[in-house]
Amino acid sequence: MRHYLLAALAAGSLLLAAPAFAADYTIMAPAAPGGGWDQTARTMQAALQDEGISSNVQVINVPGAGGTIGLAQFVNQSSGNPEALIVGGYVMVGAILTNASPVTLDQVTPIARLTGEYEAIVVPAGSDIQDMAGLVAKLKEDPGAVSWGGGSAGGTDHITAGLVAKAAGVDPTKVNYIAFSGGGEALAAILGNQVTVGISGYGEFAEQVKAGTLRVIGISSDEPVEGIDAPTFKDAGIDVSIQNWRMVAAAPDISAEQKAAITADIEKMVKSESWQKAVADKGWADTYLAGDAFDAQLKKDTAATAGILKEIGLVK
Amino acid sequence: MNTFELLGAGLLTAFQWGNLLYALIGVTLGTAVGVLPGIGPALTVALLLPVTYRLDPAGSLIMFAGIYYGGMYGGSTTSILLNTPGESASIVTALEGNKMARKGRGGPALATAAIGSFIAGLVATLGLAFIAPSVVKFALSFGPSEYFALMLLAFMTVSAAFGESTLRGLTALFIGLALGLIGIDQLTGQTRLAMNTPNLFDGISVTTLAVALFAIGETIAVVASRTAMDDRIQAVKGSVWMSREDWARSWKSWLRGTAIGFPIGAMPAGGADVASFLSYSAEKQFSKHPEEFGQGAIEGVAGPEAANNASAAGTLVPLLTLGLPTTATAAIMLAGFQQFGLQPGPLLFVTNAPLVWGLIASLLVANLMLLVLNLPLIGLWVRLLMIPRPWLYAGILIFATLGTIGASASTFVVFGIPTSFELGLLLLFGLLGYLLRRFGYPIAPVVVGLILGPMAERSLRQALQIGQGDPTVLVDSWISVTLIGLAIAAVVVPMILRARGKGKMLAAMAGDED
Repeated sequence: MRHYLLAALAAGSLLLAAPAFAADYTIMAPAAPGGGWDQTARTMQAALQDEGISSNVQVINVPGAGGTIGLAQFVNQSSGNPEALIVGGYVMVGAILTNASPVTLDQVTPIARLTGEYEAIVVPAGSDIQDMAGLVAKLKEDPGAVSWGGGSAGGTDHITAGLVAKAAGVDPTKVNYIAFSGGGEALAAILGNQVTVGISGYGEFAEQVKAGTLRVIGISSDEPVEGIDAPTFKDAGIDVSIQNWRMVAAAPDISAEQKAAITADIEKMVKSESWQKAVADKGWADTYLAGDAFDAQLKKDTAATAGILKEIGLVK
Repeated sequence: MNTFELLGAGLLTAFQWGNLLYALIGVTLGTAVGVLPGIGPALTVALLLPVTYRLDPAGSLIMFAGIYYGGMYGGSTTSILLNTPGESASIVTALEGNKMARKGRGGPALATAAIGSFIAGLVATLGLAFIAPSVVKFALSFGPSEYFALMLLAFMTVSAAFGESTLRGLTALFIGLALGLIGIDQLTGQTRLAMNTPNLFDGISVTTLAVALFAIGETIAVVASRTAMDDRIQAVKGSVWMSREDWARSWKSWLRGTAIGFPIGAMPAGGADVASFLSYSAEKQFSKHPEEFGQGAIEGVAGPEAANNASAAGTLVPLLTLGLPTTATAAIMLAGFQQFGLQPGPLLFVTNAPLVWGLIASLLVANLMLLVLNLPLIGLWVRLLMIPRPWLYAGILIFATLGTIGASASTFVVFGIPTSFELGLLLLFGLLGYLLRRFGYPIAPVVVGLILGPMAERSLRQALQIGQGDPTVLVDSWISVTLIGLAIAAVVVPMILRARGKGKMLAAMAGDED
């Protein structure tokens, strides 16, 4: 019955959130339990409590619509509350645009980027595409004949496919992107030779690459990644770099002192041993970035995403 | 070491006291959450993940597997006794199982579900141990066009299996299909029929709809009709145990259910609900007593229950061999593996053999534990039916609403009071469930439409997109051709039979349903 109490607690915590002292946090995961954002929130919860940064951390799940339902609720109900945090990520940037969400990330107080994952393009081991040049040649010949398998429409995978095509000089609207309901289903389609190439976070493919059933032909990082035997898109002549990042943000309308206090707590958490261990165990990359540098990066990502989503035709 | 030695070593791991305890906690928790409508195994495992962070990998994974199997078990109990499926895979069980319970045959219904689940779990877990690589190969040969053919078959057979009036059955199915269109279209990212309500962007949750139509709808129906209150349910008639005839009618269904459930569970887009629908229609085809379907046919409980448990084991095939989670629970178990620095994939069997075999062995143990726990409890469970109905239905209402609120903390504000959106949906669909009952429409096809509709649409469009609009991709492989052939046969053969003047028998075959 423990889970049940927890679930009831999670439901009630929204209404009853009246924490006793300042170091308490309530982290909203704008997704169902189990996904990336939920895991990030729960890992934060464990690290903040283990390190004694906060004595009481609650996680609540408000799933739906790429995180925009949780975001709207957060903006409306937590304004000025220095104890409320929300986890989010790059997917949210796209979802806000495609769903024409009434609230945007401008309305929260971004604190820091925590982790990130690079996008990889893979082909089945038996494919005749050997490298990015081979893919580009096929795309130029007939863009429709190259089917890309990845996650849902308008997500990071779709956006990356559009950016790659555009950088290669191919009309992004011609990209034959097949949206699957998740990385797992997309992986099955790639392994079953149903699609030409696969595009998703490298972690989805890592084990298959190790086993030799898939071949990576490119990765979306700025610099080559240790342990991944593939050039970056940039080195292969495609000027695209993208990171599917996850971040933590605080409530709107908090004071500068409150923001500084939260930022300090998060920095302490990120540097802690238990956070570093959890990040390594889960295979995430620590891409911590805070302050003005993160604000600038967020603006840049938002602008680039809006541009490509219009070009693929997902946003009018 | 060969497979037998590895499995033996695994059994030794599983029989350690600590691991037995984890398995016991897992199956007990799993059964409890399966019983609660709205809270499924996925949510439970997710909530337990941080708790298990400090436990050892083997123990916590064994516990998760126990929860998964236990959840599949627990769902059937409420379906049969209270007509309230705890999760989508036990919807079909409610059809025949609850009819049996109302006739005082709740005991045999629970027993055939428990033993069927055990046998299916046993056979499927052994399948997982010995033939996982070839099953996964077969499952991967299913691309979008094959899925579409499978969905066609499911639609044809399932819609024919429900209700005495084809028109009413189809009407209910189309209500479900329409509800399935609500939300963001996965292939283009555009919203459909969401009326600018962000809470609807992800579509209608199957659990909310099922709990609403079955549990809330029935409660309203009971309240609305004076006679229903007076209509005393016979709690126990005859033996609580299965009779010789029950055994004779059940065992083939168990095996058929297993044969359907295991491969479908292993498919990336399969799932226990699809397996249970197909098993139900197969049982109706094969049964020697088709006239009993809709009145409480034991085959209709035995087959689908075996199918949903076999498919739970099937799900572990792609998870352990490819690192591919095919259900929400499996996705969270994958997160559990990663938490301990293990990456399921083609190399897991090589790099972490003792753990994998320990897990497989503890599935066998958990399965046995469930049987031992559940069989003696049947006598106790059926007593639930003796609770005065106003109390019983009040209890169902509380569990259904608490479960729904617990699963999503999303709120919206009505007259200044924060209200749960899912709860609003639950009540609205509850009313729909009452109206459908009141006017004699079957309930199950609505849920079937909501589950299968989006899957069929997505597969069709994915297939056409891969083939760049060429419809021949739909009949490109022998699997698609076979499945479509079967689907056509399911429609045409009854027509031919009817034309030959066997209409009477068919009319009798199309039994009625709630």
